[in-house]
Amino acid sequence: MTKVNSRFTSLFVTIFVIIFMYLPIVMLVTMSFNASRYGGKWTGFSLKWYETLFRDHSVINATMNTLFVALMATIFSTIIGTLAAWVLNAYKNSNVQRLHYGLIYAPLVVPDVLMGISLLLMFVSLKVDLGLTTVILAHITFCVSYVAFTVLARLQDFDFALIQAAQDLGAGSFRIFIKIILPLLLPGIIAGAMMAFTLSMDDFVVTFFVGGPGSTTLPVKVYSMMKHGPPAIINALSVVFMAVTFTVAIIGNVLLRKKSSPSRAVAQH
Amino acid sequence: MDSRSVIGRFFSKIKHGVPEWALSAPSVVWLLLFFLIPSLLVFAIAFRTADPSGGIDDGWTLETIKNVLRPEYVWVLWRTVWVSVAVTVICLLLSIPVGYWISRQNPKYRYWYLLIFIMPLWTNFLIRIFAWRILLNPEGFLRRALIAMGIIPSDVFLLNNIGAVIIVTVYTCLPFAILPIYAAAEKFNYSLLEAAQDLGASRFKAFYSIFLPGIRRGIITAILVVLIPSMGSYAIPDLVGGVNGEMLGNKIAIRASAYRNLPEAAALAAMLSIIITIPIIVLWLRQRRVAKTTGSALKSHVEGGLVK
Repeated sequence: MTKVNSRFTSLFVTIFVIIFMYLPIVMLVTMSFNASRYGGKWTGFSLKWYETLFRDHSVINATMNTLFVALMATIFSTIIGTLAAWVLNAYKNSNVQRLHYGLIYAPLVVPDVLMGISLLLMFVSLKVDLGLTTVILAHITFCVSYVAFTVLARLQDFDFALIQAAQDLGAGSFRIFIKIILPLLLPGIIAGAMMAFTLSMDDFVVTFFVGGPGSTTLPVKVYSMMKHGPPAIINALSVVFMAVTFTVAIIGNVLLRKKSSPSRAVAQH
Repeated sequence: MDSRSVIGRFFSKIKHGVPEWALSAPSVVWLLLFFLIPSLLVFAIAFRTADPSGGIDDGWTLETIKNVLRPEYVWVLWRTVWVSVAVTVICLLLSIPVGYWISRQNPKYRYWYLLIFIMPLWTNFLIRIFAWRILLNPEGFLRRALIAMGIIPSDVFLLNNIGAVIIVTVYTCLPFAILPIYAAAEKFNYSLLEAAQDLGASRFKAFYSIFLPGIRRGIITAILVVLIPSMGSYAIPDLVGGVNGEMLGNKIAIRASAYRNLPEAAALAAMLSIIITIPIIVLWLRQRRVAKTTGSALKSHVEGGLVK
Protein backbone atom coordinates (compact mmCIF):
# COMPACT_ATOMS: atom_id res chain seq x y z
CA MET A 1 0.00 0.00 0.00
CA THR A 2 2.70 2.44 1.00
CA LYS A 3 4.63 1.59 -2.12
CA VAL A 4 1.60 2.37 -4.26
CA ASN A 5 1.29 5.70 -2.44
CA SER A 6 4.82 6.90 -2.97
CA ARG A 7 4.68 5.82 -6.58
CA PHE A 8 1.46 7.76 -6.95
CA THR A 9 3.03 10.92 -5.49
CA SER A 10 6.06 10.71 -7.73
CA LEU A 11 3.90 9.93 -10.76
CA PHE A 12 1.75 12.94 -9.99
CA VAL A 13 4.77 15.25 -9.75
CA THR A 14 6.26 13.71 -12.89
CA ILE A 15 3.11 14.36 -14.92
CA PHE A 16 2.96 17.90 -13.57
CA VAL A 17 6.60 18.49 -14.58
CA ILE A 18 5.98 17.12 -18.09
CA ILE A 19 3.05 19.50 -18.57
CA PHE A 20 5.13 22.34 -17.14
CA MET A 21 7.97 21.54 -19.56
CA TYR A 22 5.90 21.23 -22.71
CA LEU A 23 3.07 23.71 -22.27
CA PRO A 24 5.15 26.78 -23.27
CA ILE A 25 6.65 25.01 -26.29
CA VAL A 26 3.28 23.79 -27.52
CA MET A 27 1.88 27.29 -27.12
CA LEU A 28 4.79 28.78 -29.03
CA VAL A 29 4.46 26.42 -31.98
CA THR A 30 0.69 26.91 -32.09
CA MET A 31 1.01 30.69 -31.98
CA SER A 32 3.47 30.72 -34.87
CA PHE A 33 0.57 29.66 -37.10
CA ASN A 34 -1.75 32.28 -35.62
CA ALA A 35 -2.95 34.96 -38.00
CA SER A 36 -3.20 37.59 -35.24
CA ARG A 37 -0.35 40.07 -35.02
CA TYR A 38 -0.01 40.29 -31.28
CA GLY A 39 -0.47 36.73 -30.14
CA GLY A 40 -2.87 36.37 -27.28
CA LYS A 41 -6.01 35.36 -29.09
CA TRP A 42 -6.28 32.84 -31.88
CA THR A 43 -7.68 34.42 -35.05
CA GLY A 44 -7.07 31.71 -37.62
CA PHE A 45 -4.37 29.59 -39.25
CA SER A 46 -1.74 31.42 -41.25
CA LEU A 47 1.70 30.92 -42.73
CA LYS A 48 2.27 34.61 -43.31
CA TRP A 49 4.79 34.97 -40.45
CA TYR A 50 6.95 32.31 -42.04
CA GLU A 51 6.81 34.18 -45.35
CA THR A 52 7.76 37.46 -43.66
CA LEU A 53 10.56 35.68 -41.87
CA PHE A 54 12.16 34.21 -44.95
CA ARG A 55 12.10 37.60 -46.68
CA ASP A 56 13.83 39.39 -43.79
CA HIS A 57 17.46 40.02 -44.74
CA SER A 58 18.64 40.80 -41.24
CA VAL A 59 17.38 37.40 -40.10
CA ILE A 60 19.17 35.64 -42.95
CA ASN A 61 22.32 37.61 -42.14
CA ALA A 62 22.09 36.67 -38.47
CA THR A 63 21.64 33.03 -39.44
CA MET A 64 24.80 33.13 -41.55
CA ASN A 65 26.71 34.71 -38.65
CA THR A 66 25.42 32.08 -36.23
CA LEU A 67 26.44 29.21 -38.48
CA PHE A 68 29.85 30.72 -39.20
CA VAL A 69 30.61 31.34 -35.52
CA ALA A 70 29.36 27.88 -34.56
CA LEU A 71 31.47 26.24 -37.27
CA MET A 72 34.67 28.03 -36.29
CA ALA A 73 34.08 27.48 -32.58
CA THR A 74 33.40 23.80 -33.22
CA ILE A 75 36.54 23.21 -35.29
CA PHE A 76 38.93 24.88 -32.85
CA SER A 77 37.31 23.70 -29.62
CA THR A 78 37.16 20.13 -30.92
CA ILE A 79 40.89 20.08 -31.65
CA ILE A 80 41.88 21.76 -28.38
CA GLY A 81 39.36 19.79 -26.31
CA THR A 82 40.30 16.41 -27.77
CA LEU A 83 44.00 16.99 -27.12
CA ALA A 84 43.18 18.05 -23.57
CA ALA A 85 41.11 14.90 -23.00
CA TRP A 86 43.87 12.70 -24.40
CA VAL A 87 46.55 14.17 -22.15
CA LEU A 88 44.27 14.19 -19.08
CA ASN A 89 43.64 10.52 -19.62
CA ALA A 90 47.21 9.57 -20.52
CA TYR A 91 48.82 11.28 -17.51
CA LYS A 92 46.11 10.69 -14.92
CA ASN A 93 48.47 10.74 -11.96
CA SER A 94 50.51 13.81 -12.76
CA ASN A 95 50.03 16.90 -10.61
CA VAL A 96 50.17 19.12 -13.67
CA GLN A 97 47.14 17.31 -15.02
CA ARG A 98 45.26 17.82 -11.78
CA LEU A 99 45.64 21.58 -12.25
CA HIS A 100 44.82 21.19 -15.92
CA TYR A 101 41.65 19.34 -14.94
CA GLY A 102 40.64 22.17 -12.62
CA LEU A 103 41.30 24.72 -15.34
CA ILE A 104 39.03 22.83 -17.73
CA TYR A 105 36.35 22.23 -15.11
CA ALA A 106 36.09 25.85 -13.91
CA PRO A 107 34.46 27.34 -17.05
CA LEU A 108 31.62 24.82 -16.63
CA VAL A 109 30.77 26.30 -13.23
CA VAL A 110 31.23 30.01 -13.93
CA PRO A 111 27.99 31.75 -15.01
CA ASP A 112 27.82 33.11 -18.56
CA VAL A 113 27.49 36.67 -17.33
CA LEU A 114 30.87 36.50 -15.62
CA MET A 115 32.54 34.91 -18.60
CA GLY A 116 31.03 37.54 -20.88
CA ILE A 117 31.95 40.57 -18.78
CA SER A 118 35.49 39.36 -18.07
CA LEU A 119 36.20 38.75 -21.76
CA LEU A 120 34.66 42.11 -22.63
CA LEU A 121 36.88 43.84 -20.08
CA MET A 122 39.95 42.12 -21.46
CA PHE A 123 39.13 42.96 -25.08
CA VAL A 124 38.46 46.59 -24.15
CA SER A 125 41.70 46.80 -22.14
CA LEU A 126 43.64 45.47 -25.11
CA LYS A 127 41.71 47.82 -27.42
CA VAL A 128 40.52 44.95 -29.58
CA ASP A 129 37.58 45.80 -31.84
CA LEU A 130 34.51 43.82 -30.90
CA GLY A 131 33.03 41.76 -33.70
CA LEU A 132 32.81 38.29 -35.13
CA THR A 133 36.41 37.49 -34.12
CA THR A 134 35.88 38.27 -30.45
CA VAL A 135 32.63 36.29 -30.49
CA ILE A 136 34.42 33.29 -32.00
CA LEU A 137 37.27 33.51 -29.44
CA ALA A 138 34.74 33.58 -26.61
CA HIS A 139 32.74 30.68 -28.01
CA ILE A 140 35.84 28.52 -28.42
CA THR A 141 36.62 29.19 -24.76
CA PHE A 142 33.36 27.87 -23.34
CA CYS A 143 33.17 24.99 -25.84
CA VAL A 144 36.62 23.56 -25.04
CA SER A 145 35.59 22.27 -21.60
CA TYR A 146 32.50 20.50 -22.87
CA VAL A 147 34.38 18.83 -25.72
CA ALA A 148 37.20 17.79 -23.37
CA PHE A 149 34.85 16.12 -20.88
CA THR A 150 32.81 14.42 -23.60
CA VAL A 151 35.92 12.88 -25.16
CA LEU A 152 37.33 12.10 -21.71
CA ALA A 153 34.19 10.13 -20.84
CA ARG A 154 34.75 8.15 -24.00
CA LEU A 155 38.45 7.59 -23.23
CA GLN A 156 37.64 6.26 -19.78
CA ASP A 157 35.75 3.37 -21.41
CA PHE A 158 38.60 2.88 -23.86
CA ASP A 159 40.27 -0.49 -23.56
CA PHE A 160 43.98 0.17 -24.01
CA ALA A 161 44.65 -3.58 -24.06
CA LEU A 162 43.31 -3.46 -27.61
CA ILE A 163 46.30 -1.39 -28.69
CA GLN A 164 48.61 -3.83 -26.97
CA ALA A 165 46.86 -6.76 -28.65
CA ALA A 166 47.12 -5.12 -32.06
CA GLN A 167 50.80 -4.44 -31.51
CA ASP A 168 51.37 -8.05 -30.54
CA LEU A 169 49.63 -9.10 -33.72
CA GLY A 170 52.10 -6.96 -35.65
CA ALA A 171 50.10 -3.85 -36.51
CA GLY A 172 52.02 -0.63 -37.06
CA SER A 173 51.25 2.58 -35.22
CA PHE A 174 49.48 4.01 -38.24
CA ARG A 175 47.27 0.96 -38.61
CA ILE A 176 46.51 1.07 -34.92
CA PHE A 177 45.61 4.73 -35.10
CA ILE A 178 43.37 4.34 -38.16
CA LYS A 179 41.82 0.97 -37.35
CA ILE A 180 41.48 1.11 -33.57
CA ILE A 181 41.95 4.48 -31.91
CA LEU A 182 40.07 6.58 -34.44
CA PRO A 183 36.98 4.36 -34.86
CA LEU A 184 36.63 3.96 -31.10
CA LEU A 185 37.19 7.60 -30.29
CA LEU A 186 35.40 9.14 -33.25
CA PRO A 187 31.85 8.90 -31.85
CA GLY A 188 33.06 10.75 -28.74
CA ILE A 189 34.80 13.42 -30.79
CA ILE A 190 31.78 13.86 -33.04
CA ALA A 191 29.47 14.03 -30.03
CA GLY A 192 31.75 16.67 -28.50
CA ALA A 193 31.79 18.62 -31.75
CA MET A 194 28.00 18.46 -32.01
CA MET A 195 27.73 19.74 -28.49
CA ALA A 196 30.10 22.58 -29.20
CA PHE A 197 28.01 23.44 -32.24
CA THR A 198 24.71 23.49 -30.33
CA LEU A 199 26.20 25.39 -27.38
CA SER A 200 27.60 28.00 -29.71
CA MET A 201 24.31 28.31 -31.59
CA ASP A 202 22.42 28.56 -28.30
CA ASP A 203 24.59 31.19 -26.68
CA PHE A 204 23.13 34.59 -26.10
CA VAL A 205 24.69 36.02 -22.94
CA VAL A 206 28.40 35.75 -23.85
CA THR A 207 27.72 36.93 -27.41
CA PHE A 208 25.75 39.88 -26.06
CA PHE A 209 28.80 41.02 -24.09
CA VAL A 210 31.62 40.44 -26.57
CA GLY A 211 29.74 41.08 -29.81
CA GLY A 212 29.94 44.30 -31.76
CA PRO A 213 28.44 45.83 -34.87
CA GLY A 214 28.12 43.24 -37.61
CA SER A 215 28.32 40.24 -35.31
CA THR A 216 24.60 39.84 -34.63
CA THR A 217 23.83 36.16 -34.22
CA LEU A 218 20.38 34.61 -34.23
CA PRO A 219 19.95 34.61 -30.43
CA VAL A 220 20.99 38.28 -30.29
CA LYS A 221 18.54 38.98 -33.11
CA VAL A 222 15.77 37.14 -31.25
CA TYR A 223 16.60 39.19 -28.16
CA SER A 224 16.35 42.52 -29.95
CA MET A 225 13.13 41.42 -31.63
CA MET A 226 11.70 40.47 -28.26
CA LYS A 227 12.69 43.86 -26.90
CA HIS A 228 11.63 46.03 -29.82
CA GLY A 229 10.34 44.17 -32.83
CA PRO A 230 7.01 42.71 -33.91
CA PRO A 231 6.41 39.67 -31.72
CA ALA A 232 4.65 37.58 -34.34
CA ILE A 233 7.73 36.94 -36.48
CA ILE A 234 9.65 35.64 -33.46
CA ASN A 235 7.17 32.79 -33.11
CA ALA A 236 7.95 31.61 -36.62
CA LEU A 237 11.68 32.24 -36.17
CA SER A 238 11.61 30.26 -32.93
CA VAL A 239 9.98 27.27 -34.57
CA VAL A 240 12.53 27.24 -37.40
CA PHE A 241 15.39 27.66 -34.92
CA MET A 242 13.96 24.91 -32.74
CA ALA A 243 13.75 22.53 -35.70
CA VAL A 244 17.43 23.14 -36.51
CA THR A 245 18.78 22.64 -32.96
CA PHE A 246 16.56 19.59 -32.50
CA THR A 247 18.06 17.99 -35.58
CA VAL A 248 21.63 18.64 -34.45
CA ALA A 249 20.88 17.48 -30.91
CA ILE A 250 19.19 14.27 -32.04
CA ILE A 251 22.13 13.36 -34.27
CA GLY A 252 24.55 14.11 -31.43
CA ASN A 253 22.55 12.06 -28.99
CA VAL A 254 22.33 9.05 -31.30
CA LEU A 255 26.11 9.15 -31.84
CA LEU A 256 26.73 9.45 -28.14
CA ARG A 257 24.57 6.50 -27.32
CA LYS A 258 26.09 4.28 -29.94
CA LYS A 259 28.11 1.90 -27.83
CA SER A 260 31.63 1.32 -28.94
CA SER A 261 32.20 -2.26 -29.90
CA PRO A 262 35.88 -3.04 -29.40
CA SER A 263 35.41 -6.57 -30.65
CA ARG A 264 34.36 -5.22 -34.01
CA ALA A 265 37.47 -3.07 -34.29
CA VAL A 266 39.63 -6.07 -33.49
CA ALA A 267 37.70 -8.24 -35.90
CA GLN A 268 38.20 -5.69 -38.66
CA HIS A 269 41.87 -5.71 -38.00
CA MET B 1 54.16 0.56 -48.41
CA ASP B 2 57.13 2.85 -48.02
CA SER B 3 55.11 5.92 -47.23
CA ARG B 4 53.11 3.91 -44.77
CA SER B 5 56.09 2.95 -42.70
CA VAL B 6 57.18 6.60 -42.70
CA ILE B 7 53.80 7.65 -41.34
CA GLY B 8 53.96 4.74 -38.95
CA ARG B 9 57.25 5.99 -37.59
CA PHE B 10 55.73 9.45 -37.36
CA PHE B 11 52.90 8.19 -35.19
CA SER B 12 55.11 6.10 -32.98
CA LYS B 13 57.16 9.24 -32.55
CA ILE B 14 53.99 11.03 -31.46
CA LYS B 15 53.31 8.30 -28.99
CA HIS B 16 56.74 8.21 -27.47
CA GLY B 17 58.27 11.52 -28.44
CA VAL B 18 55.67 14.19 -27.72
CA PRO B 19 55.97 15.15 -24.08
CA GLU B 20 53.09 15.80 -21.73
CA TRP B 21 53.57 19.56 -21.75
CA ALA B 22 53.29 19.82 -25.52
CA LEU B 23 49.98 17.96 -25.52
CA SER B 24 48.66 20.07 -22.61
CA ALA B 25 49.84 23.37 -24.05
CA PRO B 26 46.94 24.21 -26.41
CA SER B 27 44.18 23.94 -23.82
CA VAL B 28 46.23 25.34 -20.94
CA VAL B 29 47.38 28.37 -22.91
CA TRP B 30 43.93 28.97 -24.34
CA LEU B 31 42.16 28.81 -21.00
CA LEU B 32 44.80 30.92 -19.28
CA LEU B 33 44.48 33.62 -21.93
CA PHE B 34 40.73 33.62 -22.38
CA PHE B 35 39.44 32.37 -19.07
CA LEU B 36 41.74 32.67 -16.05
CA ILE B 37 43.45 35.98 -16.85
CA PRO B 38 40.18 37.75 -17.79
CA SER B 39 38.52 36.39 -14.63
CA LEU B 40 41.28 37.87 -12.47
CA LEU B 41 41.40 41.05 -14.53
CA VAL B 42 37.84 41.79 -13.38
CA PHE B 43 39.11 42.37 -9.84
CA ALA B 44 41.82 44.75 -11.04
CA ILE B 45 39.55 46.78 -13.30
CA ALA B 46 37.14 47.36 -10.41
CA PHE B 47 39.80 49.77 -9.08
CA ARG B 48 40.41 51.61 -12.36
CA THR B 49 38.80 54.91 -13.30
CA ALA B 50 36.24 55.07 -16.08
CA ASP B 51 36.90 57.20 -19.11
CA PRO B 52 34.02 59.33 -20.40
CA SER B 53 33.77 57.50 -23.72
CA GLY B 54 32.92 54.24 -21.95
CA GLY B 55 36.40 52.78 -21.78
CA ILE B 56 38.84 52.14 -18.98
CA ASP B 57 41.21 54.92 -17.89
CA ASP B 58 44.68 54.65 -16.40
CA GLY B 59 43.93 56.04 -12.94
CA TRP B 60 43.19 54.11 -9.77
CA THR B 61 40.22 54.74 -7.47
CA LEU B 62 38.26 53.28 -4.58
CA GLU B 63 35.13 55.22 -5.51
CA THR B 64 33.68 52.42 -7.66
CA ILE B 65 33.84 49.94 -4.82
CA LYS B 66 32.12 52.41 -2.46
CA ASN B 67 29.55 53.09 -5.14
CA VAL B 68 28.78 49.43 -5.60
CA LEU B 69 28.15 48.95 -1.88
CA ARG B 70 25.32 51.47 -1.82
CA PRO B 71 21.87 50.23 -0.66
CA GLU B 72 20.42 50.00 -4.16
CA TYR B 73 22.99 47.39 -5.18
CA VAL B 74 22.98 45.56 -1.86
CA TRP B 75 19.22 45.23 -2.27
CA VAL B 76 19.66 43.74 -5.75
CA LEU B 77 22.31 41.41 -4.37
CA TRP B 78 19.92 40.22 -1.66
CA ARG B 79 17.21 39.62 -4.27
CA THR B 80 19.69 37.68 -6.42
CA VAL B 81 20.51 35.43 -3.50
CA TRP B 82 16.98 34.71 -2.31
CA VAL B 83 15.58 34.18 -5.80
CA SER B 84 18.39 31.71 -6.58
CA VAL B 85 17.83 29.85 -3.34
CA ALA B 86 14.06 29.71 -3.99
CA VAL B 87 14.70 28.41 -7.52
CA THR B 88 17.07 25.75 -6.18
CA VAL B 89 14.59 24.57 -3.54
CA ILE B 90 11.74 24.34 -6.06
CA CYS B 91 13.98 22.50 -8.53
CA LEU B 92 14.91 19.96 -5.85
CA LEU B 93 11.29 19.48 -4.76
CA LEU B 94 10.32 18.73 -8.35
CA SER B 95 13.36 16.81 -9.52
CA ILE B 96 13.63 14.36 -6.60
CA PRO B 97 10.18 12.80 -7.28
CA VAL B 98 10.88 12.81 -11.03
CA GLY B 99 14.30 11.20 -10.56
CA TYR B 100 12.75 8.65 -8.22
CA TRP B 101 9.98 7.89 -10.68
CA ILE B 102 12.28 7.40 -13.68
CA SER B 103 14.66 5.19 -11.70
CA ARG B 104 11.71 2.92 -10.75
CA GLN B 105 10.74 2.28 -14.37
CA ASN B 106 11.73 -0.62 -16.56
CA PRO B 107 15.44 -0.13 -17.37
CA LYS B 108 14.67 -0.62 -21.03
CA TYR B 109 12.63 2.56 -21.22
CA ARG B 110 14.40 4.75 -18.64
CA TYR B 111 16.52 6.47 -21.25
CA TRP B 112 13.41 7.50 -23.19
CA TYR B 113 11.68 8.78 -20.08
CA LEU B 114 14.78 10.79 -19.24
CA LEU B 115 14.83 12.14 -22.77
CA ILE B 116 11.35 13.59 -22.28
CA PHE B 117 12.75 15.87 -19.60
CA ILE B 118 15.83 16.80 -21.57
CA MET B 119 14.28 17.55 -24.93
CA PRO B 120 13.07 21.04 -23.95
CA LEU B 121 16.75 21.94 -23.55
CA TRP B 122 17.21 21.44 -27.25
CA THR B 123 15.23 24.57 -27.96
CA ASN B 124 17.15 27.80 -27.80
CA PHE B 125 17.45 29.36 -24.36
CA LEU B 126 15.93 32.68 -25.45
CA ILE B 127 13.13 30.96 -27.26
CA ARG B 128 12.19 29.09 -24.10
CA ILE B 129 11.98 32.44 -22.33
CA PHE B 130 9.97 33.85 -25.18
CA ALA B 131 7.58 30.89 -25.00
CA TRP B 132 6.92 31.82 -21.37
CA ARG B 133 6.25 35.39 -22.34
CA ILE B 134 3.53 34.12 -24.64
CA LEU B 135 2.15 31.77 -22.01
CA LEU B 136 2.11 34.40 -19.26
CA ASN B 137 0.83 37.11 -21.60
CA PRO B 138 -1.95 39.21 -19.98
CA GLU B 139 -4.18 38.35 -22.97
CA GLY B 140 -3.06 34.74 -23.04
CA PHE B 141 -5.25 31.76 -22.29
CA LEU B 142 -3.43 30.81 -19.07
CA ARG B 143 -4.21 34.03 -17.22
CA ARG B 144 -7.79 34.09 -18.52
CA ALA B 145 -8.26 30.46 -17.52
CA LEU B 146 -6.86 31.05 -14.02
CA ILE B 147 -9.10 34.08 -13.55
CA ALA B 148 -12.14 32.16 -14.86
CA MET B 149 -11.43 29.34 -12.42
CA GLY B 150 -11.08 31.86 -9.61
CA ILE B 151 -7.50 30.82 -8.82
CA ILE B 152 -6.15 34.35 -9.21
CA PRO B 153 -7.96 37.69 -8.86
CA SER B 154 -8.53 39.59 -12.10
CA ASP B 155 -6.02 42.32 -11.24
CA VAL B 156 -3.08 39.92 -10.98
CA PHE B 157 -0.59 39.87 -13.82
CA LEU B 158 1.63 36.88 -14.42
CA LEU B 159 4.37 38.65 -16.33
CA ASN B 160 7.00 41.23 -15.30
CA ASN B 161 7.34 40.32 -11.67
CA ILE B 162 9.64 38.29 -9.49
CA GLY B 163 7.28 35.29 -9.62
CA ALA B 164 7.75 35.07 -13.38
CA VAL B 165 11.53 35.19 -12.90
CA ILE B 166 11.36 32.27 -10.46
CA ILE B 167 9.06 30.17 -12.66
CA VAL B 168 11.10 30.68 -15.83
CA THR B 169 14.42 30.09 -14.06
CA VAL B 170 13.06 26.86 -12.58
CA TYR B 171 11.95 25.93 -16.09
CA THR B 172 15.39 26.43 -17.61
CA CYS B 173 17.27 24.78 -14.72
CA LEU B 174 15.04 21.79 -14.00
CA PRO B 175 16.55 19.36 -16.55
CA PHE B 176 20.00 20.01 -15.07
CA ALA B 177 18.67 19.08 -11.63
CA ILE B 178 16.82 15.99 -12.84
CA LEU B 179 19.90 14.51 -14.54
CA PRO B 180 22.25 14.16 -11.54
CA ILE B 181 19.41 13.17 -9.19
CA TYR B 182 18.25 10.49 -11.59
CA ALA B 183 21.85 9.29 -12.02
CA ALA B 184 22.14 8.89 -8.24
CA ALA B 185 18.65 7.40 -7.79
CA GLU B 186 19.34 4.82 -10.49
CA LYS B 187 22.22 3.43 -8.43
CA PHE B 188 20.22 3.48 -5.19
CA ASN B 189 19.41 0.10 -3.71
CA TYR B 190 15.64 0.25 -3.27
CA SER B 191 15.48 -2.86 -1.13
CA LEU B 192 16.89 -0.65 1.65
CA LEU B 193 13.65 1.35 1.63
CA GLU B 194 11.57 -1.80 1.95
CA ALA B 195 13.83 -3.07 4.69
CA ALA B 196 13.43 0.17 6.65
CA GLN B 197 9.66 -0.03 6.33
CA ASP B 198 9.64 -3.69 7.35
CA LEU B 199 11.56 -2.65 10.44
CA GLY B 200 8.80 -0.19 11.26
CA ALA B 201 9.96 3.09 9.79
CA SER B 202 7.17 5.22 8.38
CA ARG B 203 7.14 5.86 4.66
CA PHE B 204 8.26 9.45 5.22
CA LYS B 205 10.94 8.44 7.70
CA ALA B 206 12.32 5.81 5.30
CA PHE B 207 12.34 8.30 2.44
CA TYR B 208 13.91 11.04 4.52
CA SER B 209 16.58 9.07 6.34
CA ILE B 210 17.41 6.37 3.78
CA PHE B 211 16.62 7.56 0.27
CA LEU B 212 17.70 11.20 0.52
CA PRO B 213 21.12 10.44 2.07
CA GLY B 214 21.48 7.66 -0.50
CA ILE B 215 21.21 10.10 -3.38
CA ARG B 216 23.08 12.89 -1.59
CA ARG B 217 25.75 13.15 -4.22
CA GLY B 218 23.16 13.73 -6.91
CA ILE B 219 21.47 16.36 -4.76
CA ILE B 220 24.72 18.23 -4.18
CA THR B 221 25.48 18.26 -7.90
CA ALA B 222 21.93 19.41 -8.62
CA ILE B 223 22.30 22.30 -6.16
CA LEU B 224 25.57 23.29 -7.78
CA VAL B 225 24.23 23.27 -11.34
CA VAL B 226 21.07 25.17 -10.42
CA LEU B 227 22.17 27.65 -7.76
CA ILE B 228 25.21 29.08 -9.53
CA PRO B 229 23.70 29.70 -12.98
CA SER B 230 20.64 31.21 -11.26
CA MET B 231 22.82 33.65 -9.38
CA GLY B 232 24.37 34.70 -12.66
CA SER B 233 21.02 34.96 -14.39
CA TYR B 234 20.69 37.87 -16.75
CA ALA B 235 18.40 37.20 -19.70
CA ILE B 236 15.47 35.82 -17.69
CA PRO B 237 15.02 38.76 -15.27
CA ASP B 238 15.63 41.11 -18.18
CA LEU B 239 12.86 39.62 -20.30
CA VAL B 240 10.20 38.51 -17.81
CA GLY B 241 11.14 40.30 -14.57
CA GLY B 242 10.16 43.89 -15.18
CA VAL B 243 11.58 46.70 -13.04
CA ASN B 244 11.29 44.90 -9.72
CA GLY B 245 12.74 41.66 -11.00
CA GLU B 246 16.25 42.88 -11.70
CA MET B 247 19.16 40.77 -10.53
CA LEU B 248 22.90 41.32 -10.28
CA GLY B 249 23.42 40.01 -13.82
CA ASN B 250 21.15 42.77 -15.16
CA LYS B 251 23.08 45.46 -13.35
CA ILE B 252 26.32 44.11 -14.81
CA ALA B 253 24.86 44.03 -18.32
CA ILE B 254 23.43 47.56 -18.03
CA ARG B 255 26.80 48.89 -16.88
CA ALA B 256 28.48 47.07 -19.75
CA SER B 257 26.13 48.35 -22.44
CA ALA B 258 23.46 51.04 -22.10
CA TYR B 259 24.80 53.10 -19.18
CA ARG B 260 28.36 52.20 -19.86
CA ASN B 261 30.74 52.27 -16.94
CA LEU B 262 33.11 49.35 -17.24
CA PRO B 263 34.88 49.69 -13.85
CA GLU B 264 31.49 49.62 -12.14
CA ALA B 265 30.48 46.57 -14.21
CA ALA B 266 33.77 45.00 -13.12
CA ALA B 267 33.12 45.77 -9.46
CA LEU B 268 29.64 44.22 -9.68
CA ALA B 269 31.09 41.19 -11.46
CA ALA B 270 33.72 40.86 -8.74
CA MET B 271 30.92 40.94 -6.16
CA LEU B 272 29.08 38.18 -8.05
CA SER B 273 32.26 36.10 -8.33
CA ILE B 274 32.81 36.29 -4.58
CA ILE B 275 29.18 35.38 -3.86
CA ILE B 276 29.21 32.31 -6.12
CA THR B 277 32.49 31.11 -4.64
CA ILE B 278 30.79 30.52 -1.27
CA PRO B 279 28.41 27.73 -2.38
CA ILE B 280 31.09 26.26 -4.65
CA ILE B 281 33.51 25.85 -1.75
CA VAL B 282 30.85 24.60 0.69
CA LEU B 283 29.49 22.06 -1.79
CA TRP B 284 32.94 21.03 -2.91
CA LEU B 285 33.96 20.26 0.66
CA ARG B 286 30.77 18.28 1.22
CA GLN B 287 31.24 16.49 -2.06
CA ARG B 288 34.75 15.50 -1.02
CA ARG B 289 33.41 14.10 2.19
CA VAL B 290 30.72 12.16 0.40
CA ALA B 291 33.06 10.71 -2.17
CA LYS B 292 36.77 10.71 -2.66
CA THR B 293 36.51 11.49 -6.33
CA THR B 294 34.39 14.17 -7.88
CA GLY B 295 34.42 12.06 -11.00
CA SER B 296 30.84 10.92 -11.01
CA ALA B 297 29.44 14.29 -9.97
CA LEU B 298 31.42 15.76 -12.77
CA LYS B 299 30.19 13.15 -15.14
CA SER B 300 26.58 13.95 -14.41
CA HIS B 301 27.36 17.62 -14.73
CA VAL B 302 28.83 17.04 -18.13
CA GLU B 303 26.04 14.72 -19.12
CA GLY B 304 23.74 17.58 -18.22
CA GLY B 305 25.64 19.73 -20.63
CA LEU B 306 25.87 16.99 -23.18
CA VAL B 307 22.25 16.73 -23.89
CA LYS B 308 21.84 20.46 -23.94
